[in-house]
Order: sequence, then C-alpha cells, then structure tokens
Amino acid sequence: MKIAIASGKGGTGKSTVAANLACTLSRSREVVLVDCDVEEPNLHLFFPGSAEDVPVTTPVPEIDPARCNFCGECGKFCRFGALSVLKDRVILFPELCHSCGGCSLVCPQGAIKEVPRTIGRVACSCPLPSLTLVSGVLNEGEVMAPTVIRVAKLLAEGHPLILYDASPGIACPVIETLEGVDACILVTESTPFGLHDLRLAAEVVESTGIPAGVVINRSDGRDEETLEFCRERGLPILMTIPFSREIAAVQNRGGLICRDLPGWEERFADLFEAVVKVVGVSP
Amino acid sequence: MIVGITARAAGTDAPVEQRFGRAPYFVFVDTETGKAESIENPLVDAAGGVGPRAVQMFSEHGATVVITGQVGGNAARALEMGGIKAYAYRGSGSVADALAEYTAGNLQLLPLA
Repeated sequence: MKIAIASGKGGTGKSTVAANLACTLSRSREVVLVDCDVEEPNLHLFFPGSAEDVPVTTPVPEIDPARCNFCGECGKFCRFGALSVLKDRVILFPELCHSCGGCSLVCPQGAIKEVPRTIGRVACSCPLPSLTLVSGVLNEGEVMAPTVIRVAKLLAEGHPLILYDASPGIACPVIETLEGVDACILVTESTPFGLHDLRLAAEVVESTGIPAGVVINRSDGRDEETLEFCRERGLPILMTIPFSREIAAVQNRGGLICRDLPGWEERFADLFEAVVKVVGVSP
Repeated sequence: MIVGITARAAGTDAPVEQRFGRAPYFVFVDTETGKAESIENPLVDAAGGVGPRAVQMFSEHGATVVITGQVGGNAARALEMGGIKAYAYRGSGSVADALAEYTAGNLQLLPLA
C-alpha cells in the first residue's frame, strides 16, 4: 500500500505525521518512508543515521560545434530559455533546462545530443530495524524537483508499504508525489490559512481520484469550520492532534511523540487503520 | 550600429521600459540611417527564462548595444558572452530621449559579470 501525506499549507505537520506513522508501523512490519519534499527534506532529522547516496541526473543539451551553424531554432523552441543562440556561439543555461529533448529534435543540423547532468541525490538509510528512509535532495539552484522525486519513489518501489511525505503547495512536486498512491492523508491546522490551503489540496486530490482523509493538527478543540468543510467534501477525519506544549516540546527537539509520549503509538496505529478503511482494501 | 531599446510601446516616441526581458516592445534603431524597427516582445507573459531568449532576439536583430533599466543574471551572462553592451537608462523619457543620452555619452554601462 502506498500512502501520501500532503497538506497544501506548509508547517501543518506533514513530516510529524509521516515520521510518527512510519516509526509506529515499523514496530510490526517493514516500512519505507520517502521524503518527497526534496527542496527541504528533513525527515532524516527524526531518523539520524548514515546514508548511502545515489546521484540523480537529468539530460541536458550539448552542442557539437562542428555541426552547429547558429540557426537559432533550438533557442526559439526552448520556452525555458535554456539556450541562447548568438551570432557565433550558443550559450547554455543547463539549470533552466527541463529536459524535454525538444532542442535536439528541432535542430536541423543534428548538432545537439543530450548528456546527463547531476541535479541532486537520493539518500537511503535504515535508521530503525524495519524502517528504510529514502530522502530526495534537490541541489540548490535547481528547478527539477519532480525528477528527484521520481527517482526517490523508484528506489522505494517494490516494498509492500510505502509512505510519501509530500512538499507543501499543490504544484508539480506534489502531483509527482501523488502519482500512483492508494491513499492521501491531508494534514491541516484549524486556522483560516490551514483551511484555505486544505481546500486547494483537497481539490487536487479529488481531481486525481485518490481516496483521502484529514488529520487536524494543533487543534484547540474549536475545529467547526474544518469539520464542516470535511463533511461537505466527504473527507473523513482520520485523527486529531491537540495543541499541546508537551507535544511541541518533543517535536522541537526532533523527537517522536509515538516513542516519547504514552498513548501515541496506539493512536498512530489507529490512524493507519483509518487510512486502510478509507482505501477500502486490506493493506 | 544597431541599438536595441526596451520600450512600453512601438516607435521612438514610446516611453522606455525599465525591465529587459519582459519589456512589451523592443525598438531597434540603426544609428547610421536613423531607421527604427519596433518588435512586439512575445515573452512578456512567459513563465520564465525570458532573459536568454530576449538576448537571442537582440542578437538576431544585429544589436550590439542595449539600452534598458536593468537586466537579470542569465540575461547579463548571455549579453556579456555575446559581446553586447548594456547601458542603463533610468529616466522617464522616450526611446528617442534615451538614444540621445546614449549618443551624448551620458549613460553608464550596466555591470554584467
């Protein structure tokens, strides 16, 4: 089973839910946790340990100076500005390239071939006996987050239970993370900001047809608006985590509440059962 | 020599646009003949990467000098490597005014590196 943890708004507690769920499940079975927030991965902070790196590359154009006649077709075609054709030279901006391969297709001279360029890495570790952590890391200044996410997901492929921690927002990286998952946990907080972005995230998940439910984090017990929204949309509330100084203290030192506070391992085990129910099949 | 000037509209009476790659128009003036050609910039609403593409358009029109408000990092690199000099015009005047300031030697080179 593949479960994505997403939110729309940043800072609602996606990684907290993902890390605690993974840690809890690893007590009874093999779990792979994939950090798909490749621009700022941080699950390794909950699970320190030595990791093995796999480089992530993406194809970018290379110009054969013997064939190029500076006709400019590649530069006109590229909507990302990755090539600028001047009178006597082609300037490449590989960090702007989205690896569509169009430049090599439109080149009338056959002067462009694609060569791999490293844009990030995937760090694999086994921080707990039954837990594998796969963290995608996009290098600074790079834009191709989905490519790193794809490789991270590929490295986790084949395991029976995979959790994906998505990035905030609802753009390409989140869509890439949601690709092929069986269920999505939407983590929100009971603020106007949390609800606003939950609405956006719920729309995205709905359009993908992925079964979803909601975790309300830092609840002050007055979640009426969020509850009403979830009722309207048919989104089950999978779990409510109260606003608590005790929880914040564990979280702030990089701890896991399922390990450090009594009762939470059971509650995260219940969260998993609730997700299984949302999917409607046995895990 | 051909001077390319970023502008808000067509023609030499149009006000100068401070943005380089997202200027609505590029006005190319041949300083020998005084003839001006205005090009509507197709990159105004592009998602990104407008700098390098705009430089290619200037190069195609034979411009060796650019007058604009400011340029971004990628455009600066392409201009530098293409040997195109960029001058800053921060006034509120027209394309013709900017050109007159340039001809009088009153405009500063934009730092490209």
